[in-house]
This record gives sequence, structure tokens and C-alpha cells, in this order.
Amino acid sequence: MLSRRNPQLNSHGELIHLLSIEGLPQAVLNQILDTAGSFLSVNDREVKKVPLLRGKSVFNLFFENSTRTRTTFEIAAKRLSADVINLDIARSSAAKGESLLDTIANLSAMHADMFVVRHSESGAPYLIAQHCAPHVHVVNAGDGRHAHPTQGLLDMYTIRHYKQDFTKLTVAIVGDIVHSRVARSDIHALTTLGVPEIRAVGPKTLVPSDIREMGVRVCHDMKEGISGADVIIMLRLQNERMSGAMLPSAGEFFKNYGLTPEKLAFAKPDAIVMHPGPINRGVEIDSAVADGTHSVILPQVTFGIAVRMAVMSIIAGNNA
Amino acid sequence: MKLLIKNGRIVDPASGRDERADLAIAAGRIVAIGKVSADFHASRTIDASGLVVAPGLVDLAARLREPGHEHEGMLESEMAAAVAGGVTSLVCPPDTDPVLDEPGLVQMLKFRARNLNLAHVYPLGALTRNLAGEVLTEMAELTEAGCVGFSQAEVGLKDTLVLHRALQYAATFGYTTWLRPNDAWLGNGVAAKGALATRMGLTGVPVIAETIALATLFELMRDTGARVHLCRLSSAAGVELVRRAKAEGLPVSCDVSINNLHLTDVDIGYFNAAMRVTPPLRQQRDRDAIRAGLADGTIDALVSDHTPVDEDAKTLPFAEAEPGATGLELLLSLALKWGSENGQSLGQTLAKITNAPVGVLGDSLGSLAASAGKIVEGGVADLCLFDPEARWIVRSGNLRSQGKHTPFGGYEVPGRVRCTLVAGAVAYEARE
Repeated sequence: MLSRRNPQLNSHGELIHLLSIEGLPQAVLNQILDTAGSFLSVNDREVKKVPLLRGKSVFNLFFENSTRTRTTFEIAAKRLSADVINLDIARSSAAKGESLLDTIANLSAMHADMFVVRHSESGAPYLIAQHCAPHVHVVNAGDGRHAHPTQGLLDMYTIRHYKQDFTKLTVAIVGDIVHSRVARSDIHALTTLGVPEIRAVGPKTLVPSDIREMGVRVCHDMKEGISGADVIIMLRLQNERMSGAMLPSAGEFFKNYGLTPEKLAFAKPDAIVMHPGPINRGVEIDSAVADGTHSVILPQVTFGIAVRMAVMSIIAGNNA
Repeated sequence: MKLLIKNGRIVDPASGRDERADLAIAAGRIVAIGKVSADFHASRTIDASGLVVAPGLVDLAARLREPGHEHEGMLESEMAAAVAGGVTSLVCPPDTDPVLDEPGLVQMLKFRARNLNLAHVYPLGALTRNLAGEVLTEMAELTEAGCVGFSQAEVGLKDTLVLHRALQYAATFGYTTWLRPNDAWLGNGVAAKGALATRMGLTGVPVIAETIALATLFELMRDTGARVHLCRLSSAAGVELVRRAKAEGLPVSCDVSINNLHLTDVDIGYFNAAMRVTPPLRQQRDRDAIRAGLADGTIDALVSDHTPVDEDAKTLPFAEAEPGATGLELLLSLALKWGSENGQSLGQTLAKITNAPVGVLGDSLGSLAASAGKIVEGGVADLCLFDPEARWIVRSGNLRSQGKHTPFGGYEVPGRVRCTLVAGAVAYEARE
């Protein structure tokens, strides 16, 4: 029987795994963001290291390829002085037919302290967290369409950095919501932090109507969706969605929902534009916007390392 | 072997009988109810004080996993599970490996089952060869071998032309086609479409996957005159369409599983793969409509949809986990739970798992049609003796089935089977 208690918190309500932002109290989110702030300066030092995870082994388990996310986790772990082992499972054990839990059992026997997991199936990190040794911590680095909590947190860090107060903001999330774990994590984080207006913008094939029940307003018209927005989060459109039954073409998507300087003019004058990367220039975002004064896409990457350092150091300090 | 069951409360939904009476059995048949003659000398007497003596349960959907999936269940273990659950007759779908699409395979299964001398097994034959949806099976040959109907199991039939012809052909000979209403294109998700699936990032099966399939089937039935049994309804809209089809007089019957009768998608919790079942668990309003539909007769029968799944196939991420749950040993208790929560009498409740499913099977039962699922003098003595007051906690460890995965682990449920008789022989007896 699975416990009904949120499996990422211990009995004291402390974070032991980071699996999803859903169900995390505002205080835990603020603790992570505050801790990230203190790590930001480490990244500017000449010796970019703190000894918080010295002697600990962090395994990057990427069942789905992602060079970028894996690299940022690797940098974050190394700046905390951990030993980092990268395993590209998509091309090793799984290809030989080893089951997910056998892989986990083997790596646990190598005295892993933390697993950073990327998997193509929603919920896979929960299964791992339920089956690994009690001292092992699990960080979800993206599971299916479900969650990408560190991306959600770094987005919150970015918004807080530029806008300070969450409680007066209008945030528009634009594009392929239905397949996006980033959108789901952002929505949970934004609602928890008290953002009064969150909009999900895109065509009906990419924005499921049930998303309303997560506390967002659904807009199928781009102008309506970004009018008066303080923050615009553009989502990456995966290649396989660009033509077929979801969308007729990348060109038609760009015409309707691509963020151009003309469309950006409907937002607040001081609006920021975010994107989880990698960006598709000319598909969801115009180069003039991606490289323009409203864009905070590169600062997001910098903040991402500090946020991942914060997450890893906090969960490593809490016991199951 | 002569058997006397004394002091039991005999509940027979078919006749409406509900009275304390003795029951005499000889040569596998019930020879007397109530007035047992003085010269009846039983070789064994069972004291059924405090127990209900009901017809043996009839389960219209139980996978025995033979042939082909023996690692997930064996005829021995699953038949033992059946009688431990009071089930004396069961219908098994054709999705074995190889598929039940040849008379020899069906005869082998019937032969193996008969030798075990536990429950009666009624296989469904495949509607199309290898369930591939292209070529019809030899339905007459399969019927002769013992098939009671024809089914695509969980494999959707995408080609409407083939489906049309299959129904025409089956209707020619009066065979019943057993189909799960699920559009093959829309019905591919792993959870019910809705707020929960969207939030958890699970692909959702919309209600229209069921209603479109039902609308298609009803049109084909009007055209062909075929009789169809609908397997495992899942939605409120589906129940309403069936209600209207029955009112119109279409020859349709349907069932629902214990899972969809009691659970909703919220029970998935944190990606609990025990809740990965087919059809997927839907929302509260769907469950309410299913519970009401079973009570008012729109839904004819309650089934266990017993599907043993081994550990390796379940300890996977939710979408990759094999769908299915063990159920034979829970059918009676979960029927009683529904009955008591829905204000049904014991007879009304038991009807859904005894004579109503026999009605679905109809003439295909052959000589057993007159007595299966009923308690009648001269009828075959398939009986389930259970303690209606006993409550027990479902634990996967004390199930006989090789399938240990159940969404109901930890539930406290009413009704415990004490003794099961198949053709007058004790097939199961609880050890106390």
C-alpha cells in the first residue's frame, strides 16, 4: 500500500526528495528561493565551490536524453563539492533490457546518495523514491508530461528577481501546454506563491480545457492571452508536434502564437519574457524578442544553477 | 456422495426465495429444499447456521492466463482463487497466447479445467483470427468446442467494415458478440481524461471514446440484428446510452467491473500502479451513474475483471505498468459492499453475480442454463455458503490468485466465503 502522505516530505514536513512542486507549502518554496539567492554569489567567486556535499555521490540518471539539464545539475553538484556520476541510461542498461528498479538497486549498491532522474514517463521518479534506500534522495529532473520542478523553481526565482511581489502579477504561459511538464510545474508554483492571474495560451489541441482546474484561465487568442501580462513564459514546441494532427505547420503556429515585438506590445511595458530553452527561433519566438531587452532567458540559466544547488543542499540535509 | 446443508439462510435471487431451510444434495444435484425426507441419509452434513446459502457466483470476466501467461497465473491457482471467492462459473476472454481462435485450443482449455474439477469454465472465442481484426474465426467450430460467445478482448477493432461483417455473421447463427465499447483511436490513454490526468501528465481516455463506440455498435446492431454484450462500461454517458438502447428494444446486455463500481481516478494518488486498470477509473459522477445503473438493471452484471499481473509488470512507471487487478476473491465482498451502500436487499445484490449473468449467457450454457446461478430442485448443486456478518481486510498476501495486485488492499469488506460447492462436491472450505 502506498502512503497517502506526500512522498517528498518526511513526517516533520521537510523536503527529502523533490518530485513535484504540487503539494509543497509556500514556506518550502521560499526556503529554496532564499537559499538559491545565497548560492548565487558562489557562482561569481573565483573558486566556485562550497563543501556542503563533500564526499556525497550524486548520480545523474537520464533515461531520456538532455544534455543541457544534465549539465546544469552536474555543475550545481560539483559546486557543492559532490562526486558526480553521469549515466546515460537511454543508451546502456535499459537498452540491454534491465528493469528500472534493477538499475536503481545496482546503483544504490554503489552507495549513491542522490539520484537526479530524467524519465520519459510521468511518475517514474515517484517509483524510484519509493524503492530506493531511505538515505537516498531523489530529484526529479523532468518526468514525462508531469513535472519539472527545478525548472519551475528557477522560473520563480527569475520572476521574483525581476518583479519581487508575486501577488500582483499576471503571468501568461504560451504554447504547447498539454505536453509540457514545465507548464505544470510553473502553474503549481505560481498558484502556491499567490499569483492572482495565470493564463494558458494556445490552440485547443495544445491547451486542454481541464487545465482550468489547476487554477488558470484558458485563452485561445494570443492578444487576449498576453494583454497586460507582467511575465510571458514561452514554451518550446517539440519538432514532432509541428506538423500532424496537433498543428498543421510551424509557420501557422508562429503566425498565431509566436511571440513577435508586435504581439509583445500588448503586454505591460516592463514585461519579462522567459523560455525554458532550447528556443526555436521563428517557431515560438522571434529573434528580436529572444535577444531583446524584455528577454531574461539567459539569466534563467544562471539562476538555474543556484536553484539546483539550493534543492540538492536542502534535501541532502533532511532525513527520511 | 449425499450432502445435507442444515440451518442455512437460502437466498435465491431467481425465485425470490429467502428463507431458513435445509438443502439436500445427491449425485451432484439439489434433490430437496426445505422438506428433506427422513430416508435421506447424508454422508456429510454441513452446519450452515449463520451462513447464507447462495447460488454459486457467475463471473463474466476472469482471466486465467492459460495458455501463454503462466508466469502471471495458472489454471490451478486461478481456479482455486475462483472457488475461494465463491465463483463456480466463469467466462474467460480469448486474449491468451496463443489467442483462443482455434477449436483445439478451446478444447484443451476446457479439458484442463474439467480435470481440475473446480469451477466451470466458459471460454469466449476470438471474434477475429489472432484478434487482428481482419479475418473472422470459425465461429461454428469454436461454438462446438465450447465457446459461449465471441470477443475482441481488449484489442480494439478499428475497421468498421470488418466489425459490420463480424456482427452479420454472428447474427446469422445467433451467437453473441462480447465487445468493450472503446474507440480504437481515441481510447489509447492510461487514465480517464479529466482534471486529474491533465494535472498528473497522464494521457487521458475521453468519455467520447466510449460513447462513439456505443453509437457505432448500436447502429450496427439495428442493421444486423446482432446480439451484443457490452463489457466493462466506464462512464455516466455510456450508461445513459445503454439505457436508451434497452428502452428501444435492442438485444443488448452489459457489465461493469468491481473496480469501476467502487473507485475513481483520484484513487491513483501518487501514481499507484495498482490503480492502472482497463477501462480507466473515471470521475465521481461516472461512478455514481454506474452504481445507479447496476441497481436499476441498465447494467446487467457485476464482474471481477480478474487479471493477474506479476510483480515485474506492475513495478513500473504508471503508464508502462500492465493494466489489471486480481478480483475473483473480491467479487462477493465488493458486491455486498455496493449493495449495502446502495440500499439493495441481499437478493437484489446477489442477482448481479448469479442469475443476471446467467441471463447474459442464455442458451450458450447448454444443459446448465436452467440451473446455473439458481437454487432449484433437480438443478446442479453449485453453491456458495458465506457469512454475511464477517468482515475481513483485503491483504495481497492472503489471496490465492497468483495476481497479488489489487486496488483494494487495506479495505475492510463485508462477507466471507466459508464453503463452495461445485456440482455437489466441496471445492473450497475455509479453515477456521
